[in-house]
Amino acid sequence: MNRRKFVKKTTLVAMTGIVGCDIVFGSVMPEGYQPLSLQDPDPFKLFDKDREMVVLNDKPWNMEAQAHLLDDKITPSKYMFIRNNGLIPEDIDVENWVLTVDGESVKQNKSYSLQDLKSKFRHHTYQLTLECGGNGRSEFNPPAKGNQWTIGAVSSAEWTGVRLKDILEDVGIKDDAVYLGYHAADLHLSRNPEKEPISRGVPIAKAMQDETLLAFTMNGEDIPLVHGHPLRLVAGGWPASASGKWINRLSIRNIVHNGAKMGGSSYRIPCDPVAPGEKVPDEDMCIIESMPVKSLITYPKSGAMVSEGKKLNIRGHAWAGELEVKKMEYSIDFGSTWKTCILEKPTNRLAWQHFSVNIDLPKKGYYEIWARATDSKGVSQPMLLPGWNPKGYLNNACHRIAVKVV
Amino acid sequence: MGNAHKTYRKRARRLYRILIVVSVLALITAIGAFYFYEDGNGPKGNPEYSDPLEAREVGQMEKSIDSVSGFIQAPGLQETITNCTTCHSAQLVTQNRMTKEGWLSTIRWMQKTQNLWDLGENEPIILEYLATNYAPEEKGRRENLEVVEWYVLEE
Ligand code: HEC
Repeated sequence: MNRRKFVKKTTLVAMTGIVGCDIVFGSVMPEGYQPLSLQDPDPFKLFDKDREMVVLNDKPWNMEAQAHLLDDKITPSKYMFIRNNGLIPEDIDVENWVLTVDGESVKQNKSYSLQDLKSKFRHHTYQLTLECGGNGRSEFNPPAKGNQWTIGAVSSAEWTGVRLKDILEDVGIKDDAVYLGYHAADLHLSRNPEKEPISRGVPIAKAMQDETLLAFTMNGEDIPLVHGHPLRLVAGGWPASASGKWINRLSIRNIVHNGAKMGGSSYRIPCDPVAPGEKVPDEDMCIIESMPVKSLITYPKSGAMVSEGKKLNIRGHAWAGELEVKKMEYSIDFGSTWKTCILEKPTNRLAWQHFSVNIDLPKKGYYEIWARATDSKGVSQPMLLPGWNPKGYLNNACHRIAVKVV
Repeated sequence: MGNAHKTYRKRARRLYRILIVVSVLALITAIGAFYFYEDGNGPKGNPEYSDPLEAREVGQMEKSIDSVSGFIQAPGLQETITNCTTCHSAQLVTQNRMTKEGWLSTIRWMQKTQNLWDLGENEPIILEYLATNYAPEEKGRRENLEVVEWYVLEE
């Protein structure tokens, strides 16, 4: 028997008796330690988020939406998930913000003020789907480490900025350029200024796409601080970690960028499939590029009870990384039969697509509506979890909601 | 008042005292036995006890959540708070479920890439705490849907 524990417990019982209230946790409270509720600001107010958003982690801040919150065709900021690897920059000096472009593969280093960027280059607006590589991680078995995202780490907002390729053309890059790596103003959790929390990027081919932006506006307003104000790289259809926030330096590399979270199991999956739980050596891991085909039923919210004989309207969004979604289906019988939904074209490449359908539910009882998207290459979402990987990325298993006919 | 009465009162008082001592001893033994039993069948004996939700239900005293840090109250808590909540909140730890080996490799990863210090003699204590209280559970390939709240859908 653990004597220390026993003594601690009985002392506490005695103390509780004396104080007359619950101080079960008193013994573990370090001196000078304030309960989180007192020291932390209200994250919903702080980041202007809806109160139904779910906080996964308060340091660093990580927050996700629920399926029914993502019903808008263009995701408003209040429903946009937050993923931070480090600490949000404390003072942003917009007036003196400088973007430097350097690296082995630039013809010369070049710097731009925000004003330069805004005035020298043409502005473009695209609706771009950003999904965290780890969205859906919570379902993997054996469990994968990191923030346990369920389904809400995805958004599709309208981003305005300048094309990365216009800037790279202005700088002049060499033929041996392989990768673009970003550097940003956020702070490592250890507060060591030498360390970057995250420094990822994209291959040059992705950087040169029309839709890859250095953005300063989201949904027509300044990008909110937590989403990258004043300058964010936006590479739609790829793990959202490729879309660096608070960008102040871009390095054009002649090797695959080797910044923080580019190696090990971070944002990488086994190059060849592995059995669940298998150990994978670093050299057998490959960087995630395009996100897989996926969809979400955003209406109704799971748990709906409908009257017998009434039709049920469902709707949601589907996306497929670099590709387009070409077919959307639903099943009310756990995949025994599938029927097609109405599927809209995307507003532009890399924007999510909307689907809707009127469903007949034949009799009283419990149903699950399962949704399945198929991309332009004929690849569909799996009903079970896709291939296990050490960090639980790329879970694109079918979304489902529960419905009862009463 | 006679002597007989005095002796009676003395005896009664002695008996009373013995009764108190005996019942206090009995109480301590009972509590002791309770904890002993819990220890034997608790975290180490039955991996299912490591689920925090269940833990909250099973004996508030035994597996309560430390309201300040959010960690399960168990041996090793203090060492874990001291070493694991300076960079990030406990939430990043308590969200996760790993085997002892998994926790160790996470610690090694943080030491290699995230500036985590050498945990010294606290390492086995923290490892034991994490592996006991935040152990993985078999989830299968897809879990049942959990409905938070049934509601009437008005259309
Ligand atoms: C010196 C700073 C520091 C300390 C101290 C620290 N960590 Fe971390 N830890 C990090 C950073 C940085 C990350 C990555 C955060 C992110 O990506 O959101 C991390 C991530 C994690 C993760 C998620 C792992 C993953 O793969 O995403 C777990 C679990 C974790 N830490 C547990 C612990 C435990 C247990 C301790 C105490 C032994 C601890 N940490 C102490 C810096 C630290």
